Amino acid sequence: MVKFNRFTLDNGLRVIVHEDNTTPMAVLNILYDVGARDEDPGQTGFAHLFEHLMFGGSVNIPSYDEPLQRVGGENNAFTSNDITNYYITLPSANIETAFWLESDRMLSLAFSEKSLEVQRNVVIEEFKQRYLNQPYGDVWLKLRPLVYKEHSYRWATIGKTIKHIEDAKIEDVKAFFKKHYNPQNAIMVVGGNITTEEVKQLSEKWFGSIPAGEKYTRNLPQEPEQHEERRETVTAKVPLNDVYIAFQMGARLDDDYYPVELLSDILSRGHSSRLYRSLVQDKQIFSEVHAYITSSLDKGMFVLEGKPLENISIEQAEAALWEELEKVKDTEIPADELTKVQNKTESTMVFSEMSLLDKAMNLASFELLGDADLLNQETAKYLAVTAAQIKQAANKIFRKDNSSTLIYLAEQAEIMSESAFSELEN
Amino acid sequence: MTTIDRTLAPDFKAIDNITLIRPEHKKLDNGCNIYCFNSGDQELVRIEWIFCNLRFNVNKPLLNMAVNTMLTEGTTTLTAAQIADKVDFYGAFLQVDYGYEYSQVTLYSLNKHLHHTLPVIVDILTNSTFPEKELETFKRNQQQKLQVSLQKNDIVGRRNFNKAIYGDTIYGVGASFDNYKALQRDELIAHYREQYQPSNCTIVIAGKIEPGTLTLINDTFDKNWTNGNTPADITQPEIVPAKELFYLTEKADALQSAIRIGRPIVNRNHPDFQPLQVLNTVLGGYFGSRLMANIREDKGYTYGIGSGLGSFKQGGSFSIATEVGADVCKAALAEVEKEINILKTELIPDEELSLVRNYMLGSLLGSLENVFSHADKFKSIYFAGLDYDYYDRYAATVKSVGAARLQELANQYLNFDEFYKVIVGKY
Repeated sequence: MVKFNRFTLDNGLRVIVHEDNTTPMAVLNILYDVGARDEDPGQTGFAHLFEHLMFGGSVNIPSYDEPLQRVGGENNAFTSNDITNYYITLPSANIETAFWLESDRMLSLAFSEKSLEVQRNVVIEEFKQRYLNQPYGDVWLKLRPLVYKEHSYRWATIGKTIKHIEDAKIEDVKAFFKKHYNPQNAIMVVGGNITTEEVKQLSEKWFGSIPAGEKYTRNLPQEPEQHEERRETVTAKVPLNDVYIAFQMGARLDDDYYPVELLSDILSRGHSSRLYRSLVQDKQIFSEVHAYITSSLDKGMFVLEGKPLENISIEQAEAALWEELEKVKDTEIPADELTKVQNKTESTMVFSEMSLLDKAMNLASFELLGDADLLNQETAKYLAVTAAQIKQAANKIFRKDNSSTLIYLAEQAEIMSESAFSELEN
Repeated sequence: MTTIDRTLAPDFKAIDNITLIRPEHKKLDNGCNIYCFNSGDQELVRIEWIFCNLRFNVNKPLLNMAVNTMLTEGTTTLTAAQIADKVDFYGAFLQVDYGYEYSQVTLYSLNKHLHHTLPVIVDILTNSTFPEKELETFKRNQQQKLQVSLQKNDIVGRRNFNKAIYGDTIYGVGASFDNYKALQRDELIAHYREQYQPSNCTIVIAGKIEPGTLTLINDTFDKNWTNGNTPADITQPEIVPAKELFYLTEKADALQSAIRIGRPIVNRNHPDFQPLQVLNTVLGGYFGSRLMANIREDKGYTYGIGSGLGSFKQGGSFSIATEVGADVCKAALAEVEKEINILKTELIPDEELSLVRNYMLGSLLGSLENVFSHADKFKSIYFAGLDYDYYDRYAATVKSVGAARLQELANQYLNFDEFYKVIVGKY
């Protein structure tokens, strides 16, 4: 149970307070309701580039990081297809510094040309490091446009191409800020060794005078239902073949979200899961195999991924995955197996309460979904799922004509004989 | 509403006291030491069984790792599947982890299920069988993973660097395909018998420890767990670094080059280690560091660059690592050299040093998130043979070490020409 208080400023900023006096620290987390899905198809990667620019100085404060580090604080941020989230952790005695910094960059950025130029380069290096210069690094650049044809989930957070990042102009940055970075589009969570009264007073003081701005109304083309099997095969400089099968699934708030998430656990969570036991241990088809969902706010993806062993053909590998999917479509999950994944989910929720930052981020995410208190109702929703619901969900999702299959074929690479030594990979 | 001056930073307080939770200690009759950290509101515990690794054999470098990783693959009474089922059914998490010096088994469990989950651990620690079929699966899958790892420039860079500075020790040598192929079941079993015995084990418990929990642990891990005939040989061969300093692995089509440079250095037990931590933070130990400010934030050569100190029983390491655009590899190295030389020739300005002091103290405070973190702090000193004074000295050093002393240390330890330099990609 994560307790909290909640209030809204006149300018529309929603504030949630979680008092936790077991720590000397505090967290200030701000979620902006903007992600890569809100980008123009001709300017992808912009939400993420923008996140970098948020650290390039604001209207009254030339350096963001330095004053925070000076008071013993740390910060980071991430961008997803749905949201952009910024967080600070610092000694609670210095919480006002976090209010000062976050309110100034919500008020306005410095919009420095130099910062834009440097962050363009940094993001281009990030693009190379994480997506291009890694084996299988470009999987999301290929898989997303296969699964999505209309919705803006068809591009990855990093963007479709480096060109879009190179082309970003300061006017675009200003327009993006005006459209998305205002109090009405933000949710702030303050947690830790602080009181609600203190947070109210500091919120009024630092955020109260920020203009409400214009409300952004999201109007994205929704992804139509898929009715044909899709497939792409690429030959790449990768050491092993790799099979991805992605299915369209419901949105985060759809009723069958909970059965589907448990279904992914049954298939792939831990060494007692079906895919691991059957396809890695018993039948020895894959060296590793995974199933997971994207938990997207709009229509999501259910993804299966496996690297077949060298003596296994792609056809055999795919057939083995489908065989497991057919089982969950045909036969209800036994009671013990369902209880197992439910218990695991329940204890995961308890363990997540050990982390102040996790609690703050969770409260923000659920407030975005409609109500921060949904966080405290999660466990009950997982425990209420029945085997019949899981079977029904499996039948709805695991259809050939709802599948997008991406195959990586390994180019015969040179054998790395000189690498006779190594560090163990942790 | 009163107007506020947004250009002025709010007042702040320096961090002066950091309180660490200290454990209660008890020793079982079989020689196993137990340390308990009892705190927290959630009805759960984390229990770690930590074992020193056995003496490293360069011809069989994978034994410590293979034995640890395969602990969950079957016992005389449970199959791998049954072990996984039991743990998962009770919502617990069972991890096996190995490092350079220790191998461990960790159980995260809700208190209410401990009487179901603990017997699985006893079984793993006393009756593991390393079944032939699972061993073959392990060998094959690990080789597949190694193939993927060897395609990653940063990983190849780290392997080459470690080999250079640590030589034929557990720190320097790791897996080749042949090492995996050569693993033998009887050797794993012999290694297991020697390493996983109570006199070579430390148990660390953290969480809300109920009165019954300790009795349960006592009953489960004292009476049913006895030492073998041979004590564990935990001595280690001496580290002999390579003579050659420069290593280039060329990749014709690389978009980025992985760079890793550095040198062997003193470890945590040496009085210079803590002031070196301050120096390292200034150079590359935090987001606002000089390396980040110059090479990422000013030049845009990289997504990230950092430096770090490693501390092991037998020594330590200092290293700088980054991945940079292939066309700016030499330019990035030149900037790194420039930053090192500035540390040697110019005093760190007061303002920067006071920022780093506050940042480091804030980080220490922030690293104490929950009772698990307090246990982790304990492990760092306990296994290095240090006392809680270590953290008092750390806070005092961070607050007071002077710029002149840091410059001296830079001159003593950071000579760019003497660094080992590893490049993977284009140079």
